[in-house]
Amino acid sequence: MSLISDIDYGTPVSKSEKLVTLTIDGMQVSVPEGTSIMRAAMEVGNKIPKLCATDMLDAFGSCRLCLVEIEGRNGTPASCTTPVADGIVVKTQTERLKQLRKGVMELYISDHPLDCLTCSANGDCELQEMAGVVGLRDVRYGYEGENHTHLGKDESNPYFTYEKSKCIVCNRCVRACEEVQGTFALTISGRGFDSRVSPGMNEPFLTSECVSCGACVQSCPTATLNEKSMVEIGTPEHAVVTTCAYCGVGCAFKAEMRGDELVRMVPYKDGKANRGHSCVKGRFAYGYATHQDRILKPMIRSSISEPWQEVTYEEAIQYAASEFKRIQEKYGKRAVGGITSSRCTNEETYLVQKLIRGGFGNNNVDTCARVCHSPTGYGLSQTYGTSAGTQDFDSVEQSDVVLIIGANPTDGHPVFGSRLKKRLREGAKLIVVDPRRTDIVRSPHIEAAFHLALKPGTNVAIVTALAHVIVTEGLVNEAFVRERCDWEDFQEWAAFVADERHSPEAVEKYTKVPAELVRGAARLYATGGNGAIYYGLGVTEHSQGSTTVMAIANLAMATGNIGREGVGVNPLRGQNNVQGSCDMGSFPHELPGYRHISDDATRAAFEAMWGVHLDDEPGLRIPNMFDAAVEGTYKGMYVQGEDILQSDPDTKHVSAGLAALECLVVQDLFLNETANYAHVFLPGCTFLEKDGTFTNAERRIQRVRKVMAPKNGYADWEVTQMLANALGFKMDYAHPGAIMDEIAALTPSFTGVSYAKLDELGSVQWPCNEKAPTGTPVMHIGGFVRGKGKFMLTEYVPTDEKTGPRFPLLLTTGRILSQYNVGAQTRRTANVAWHPEDVLEIHPSDAENRGIHEGDYVKLESRSGSTSLKAVISERVAPGVVYTTFHHPVTQANVVTTDFSDWATNCPEYKVTAVQVSRSNGPTPWQEEYEDLSRKSRRIAAEAAE
Amino acid sequence: MSHNSDEKLVYMANQIATAFAQQKHDAAVVATRTHIAKFWDPRMRAKITAHAAAGGAGLSPIAKEAVDGLPPVKAA
Ligand code: SF4
Ligand code: SF4
Ligand code: SF4
Ligand code: FES
Repeated sequence: MSLISDIDYGTPVSKSEKLVTLTIDGMQVSVPEGTSIMRAAMEVGNKIPKLCATDMLDAFGSCRLCLVEIEGRNGTPASCTTPVADGIVVKTQTERLKQLRKGVMELYISDHPLDCLTCSANGDCELQEMAGVVGLRDVRYGYEGENHTHLGKDESNPYFTYEKSKCIVCNRCVRACEEVQGTFALTISGRGFDSRVSPGMNEPFLTSECVSCGACVQSCPTATLNEKSMVEIGTPEHAVVTTCAYCGVGCAFKAEMRGDELVRMVPYKDGKANRGHSCVKGRFAYGYATHQDRILKPMIRSSISEPWQEVTYEEAIQYAASEFKRIQEKYGKRAVGGITSSRCTNEETYLVQKLIRGGFGNNNVDTCARVCHSPTGYGLSQTYGTSAGTQDFDSVEQSDVVLIIGANPTDGHPVFGSRLKKRLREGAKLIVVDPRRTDIVRSPHIEAAFHLALKPGTNVAIVTALAHVIVTEGLVNEAFVRERCDWEDFQEWAAFVADERHSPEAVEKYTKVPAELVRGAARLYATGGNGAIYYGLGVTEHSQGSTTVMAIANLAMATGNIGREGVGVNPLRGQNNVQGSCDMGSFPHELPGYRHISDDATRAAFEAMWGVHLDDEPGLRIPNMFDAAVEGTYKGMYVQGEDILQSDPDTKHVSAGLAALECLVVQDLFLNETANYAHVFLPGCTFLEKDGTFTNAERRIQRVRKVMAPKNGYADWEVTQMLANALGFKMDYAHPGAIMDEIAALTPSFTGVSYAKLDELGSVQWPCNEKAPTGTPVMHIGGFVRGKGKFMLTEYVPTDEKTGPRFPLLLTTGRILSQYNVGAQTRRTANVAWHPEDVLEIHPSDAENRGIHEGDYVKLESRSGSTSLKAVISERVAPGVVYTTFHHPVTQANVVTTDFSDWATNCPEYKVTAVQVSRSNGPTPWQEEYEDLSRKSRRIAAEAAE
Repeated sequence: MSHNSDEKLVYMANQIATAFAQQKHDAAVVATRTHIAKFWDPRMRAKITAHAAAGGAGLSPIAKEAVDGLPPVKAA
C-alpha cells in the first residue's frame, strides 16, 4: 500500500462542451473552452510549476511561478489565469522562463525559515518541491535580511497550527475558506512585506468565525497551516479510502496511516458526495476511536444493580443466547426483539434484522431511523413510490431556487451546506422555512429571499398554503401533472388546497408568518426556474411529520420540479447510514428493499435463502417496544450501536421500559446511557476497524475500509454472527462482501451491487440493477417509481402538545456543527472546545420577563419532566420559542420531550414541547438521581474473569 | 397522554383516522384499517380490537369502523 496522491490540475475543470485545440510543448491537445493553459498542460502530462494555484480553487495569479510563453504574444502570461485559445502554441519551459521562475523562488525562499529537515511538512511541502522543480541552488540575497521568524504560532485550534513565519501569502487558504467552505473567516491583513493571513480581526483561530473544516489546511502549500497530528506523529506512509461515519453526507476520506496509527483524515477529491471537502467532524474528530473510555472486553451481570463482570466473548454470547431462549419459552416468541443502528454498516444492520427475523422468529426489529426519518419513508413511498431522496448532491449546482424546510445544513450537513452556499453565491435564490434564524438565512454573501419563521408545529399549514398560492394563482405546471401524475387525484387535491381555509391569510393566525411572505415564496419556488427542496428533521419529527413530507412531495409535482437535475425532494439524513439501515429491512413491517412482511412471495425468497420460517406479522416499533415492556409483554432486547435512552423522547418512559427488561444486550463502543440498564455488554468497533458499506442521503453506497485491527477483537458483524449461531441460527460469512452478495441476491434495487463494482466505480447510487448497472443519480426521470405520481390531501391538524399557563413556551430541539447526535463520539474528542455543554437559547423578551440573564442556570420543565442548563439570550429564536441541543447526557434534554408522535410512523415529536423556563440553582432531582444511577451502574468488578 | 396502553392505542388510532378524514368516509375507513393492519404488531391490534368490541370508548367514528373491520389476529 502507498499514499494516494490526487493529481492537482491547478485549476478547476471547465464544464463547457465546446472543445478548443492548441499545442503545448509540441503536443496537440483538445480541451473544453475555458480551461486554463495550466490544466491543459497537465492533460498532456506537463506539470507547470505553481504555488498559488490548486484545482479546488479558482485561479488567482499571484505567485508568477507558472509563467509560459505563447507564440505571437508578448510577455510571459501566468498559465493558471490564461485560458486556452484555438491554435495557440505554448511553451512551458524555455531559458527565459527558467530564469524568471528561479528569481521568483529566490524571493520566496530568502524570506522563509530554512528548517526543512525538522519541519512537519518535510516531504509534503509544495514550496520545497518547487525549489527543486525550478532548480534553485542558491539564494543571491542571502538569508540575513528581514524575515518573519519572530511571529510565532497560533495553536488555539485543537487540530491544526498556524505558523506565521512560514506563510508565503499565496492566498490559497483565504480562497479555500471563501470558495470551498463559504465561511469567509480569513483575510490577508497588512500590506506588502508585512502582509499575513489572519482569522477575523486578527483573532486566534479558535475564537474567530472559523468552523475548523480544514479546507485551508488542505490547500496550504507549506507547513504554515498544518495538522497537529502530523506535527506529532510525522508524515504518513500509506492511505486507504473510506467513508466518514458521522453524518448522512457521506464524505469520502483518505485515511492516511503510519503503520496502524492514523495520522490524518484527508478529504478525498474523487469522493462524489464531498468532492474533496470535509467538516470538522469527519476531518478531525476521530480521536474517540482510541479513547480510554472504550470498552474492549465483553461483560455480563444478572442485575443492573450489580457491577459488571468481564468475561470472554463465548461466555457473554452464550449467556445472552440462553437468556433470550429462556424469555421466549416463558413469555412467548414475540417477547424479544432488537434495534439496528444507523451508524453501523449496511451489512451489519442487515445481519441484525436477519438475526431477529430468523433467529428470534419475529419481526420486532426497528432502527433509530424511526425517530428521525421514518416519515420520509412513509410520505415519499405514498406519493412517489420510493423511500428516498430524488437527487444526487451535484444536482444543487443546477438549482435556481432552493427551498429549505426544517433543516440546518451548515450545522447538520456541513459539506452539503458548503456546496449549497456556493450555488447561492452564484445567484440561486433561497427560501428558508424554519422557526429559528439559522446560519444559512443570512451569512457572508448570502441572504434568503424569504425566511418564513413559522411557529413550531405548523409545517403542514405553511406547505399547504404554498400549494394554495400555486394552485389559485395559476402557477401549476399542468403539462407535467397531466403527463406524470394521477389527474383525478390532482384535481381533488387542487380543489382541496384552493379552499380559503388554506390561504396564507387564513393560516397566518396560527403559523405567525405574514401572508405576503408565503405568497412571495410560493411564486418564487413555482416560477424561479429549477426549484429544489431540501428538508430535515424539522419536517419529520412532528405529529404530522408524514403529512408534511407528502405536502412537500405534492409541491414538487404540482410545479414539475421532479425528475431531472437541479430539482427534486431531498431529505437530509441525520446519521451516516440512516438511508442504508432503512434500505436493509430494519423496519418491523418491511424486509430489505421496502417489501412488506406480509407479502408471501418476498417472504418465500428470504425463507429459501435463510432456511427458516418467517413470521408474516409486523413487529413492534421502538416506542411500541417501550410500551410493551412497561406493560410486561416485551422482555428482552438486543441493541446495536444506539443510545436509545439518551436519544429517544420522554426519557422517564424509556428508562421505565428498559428497567422492565429481563435481558438487555447492548453492543457499543462505550458504556452509553442505555447500557446503564443492560445485562450483557458486547464491545463495538469503530468504522476504522471494519469493512462494509454506508449509504448516504443521495442513496450512494460507499465502501468503509478497515485501516486497523479492531481493538475489541471483532468487527460488529462478527459479534452478531456469533450471537446468531449461539441462538441456533447458522451464519458463516467470511467477509462483509459475502453479506452484500446476499443482499444483492434478495433485493431488486441492489442486484447490481458488489464490492468489486464499488472498488471499480468508487460508489453507486441505488437502484443499481440490470436497468441501471452503474446506479441512478436522479430518480423518477420520465416516470415515477409507483407509476403515476399521487397527490395526497394534507389537512393541518394542530398538535395536542399545546402551550398554556403552566407551560407557555415552545421548546424545539436541534444540533450544532461540532457535535454529533448524543455526542458519544464527539464528546470524546477535542470538539468539546466548541460546545462544552448544551445551552438553552431564549429570546431577550422571554428572558427579561423571567429575570434570566446570559449564562444563568435555568430550569426547563414540561409535563414530562425537567432538567437544568445554562441560558443563552438570542434573537435567533422568536419570542415564545426556546431551543436546545441533546448532545450531552448531563442535560438529558429528552427528559423534557413528550411521547407524542407522528400519526403514521410513531416518529416522536421532538420539535414541539410546551415548556416553562425559570431561574434555578443547579441540577434537578432527576439529574441528580440519574447521575447516581449512572455512577453505580457503570462499576466494573475489580477482578476480571480470566 | 398516559402510558396506559388502551388509552394510547385509542389516541393513535384516532390520529390515523384524522389524517385520512379528508377522504370520503368509506375510503377513510379503509385507509385507516389498512394502515393499522400494515403497521401495528398483533398484540396492539388484539388490544384495540378488544377495546372496540367492548364499546370502543374514545374511538372516533372512522377509527371505530376501521377497527371493527380488522381481520382477526392469528396466534403467534
Ligand atoms: S478551517 Fe475552514 S472555516 Fe476555518 S479558516 Fe480554514 S477554511 Fe475557513
Ligand atoms: S497560510 Fe498557507 S495557504 Fe495561506 S497564504 Fe500562507 S502559505 Fe498560503
Ligand atoms: S460529518 Fe458529514 S459533512 Fe462532516 S465530514 Fe462527515 S460526512 Fe462529511
Ligand atoms: S500558480 Fe499561477 S500565478 Fe501562482
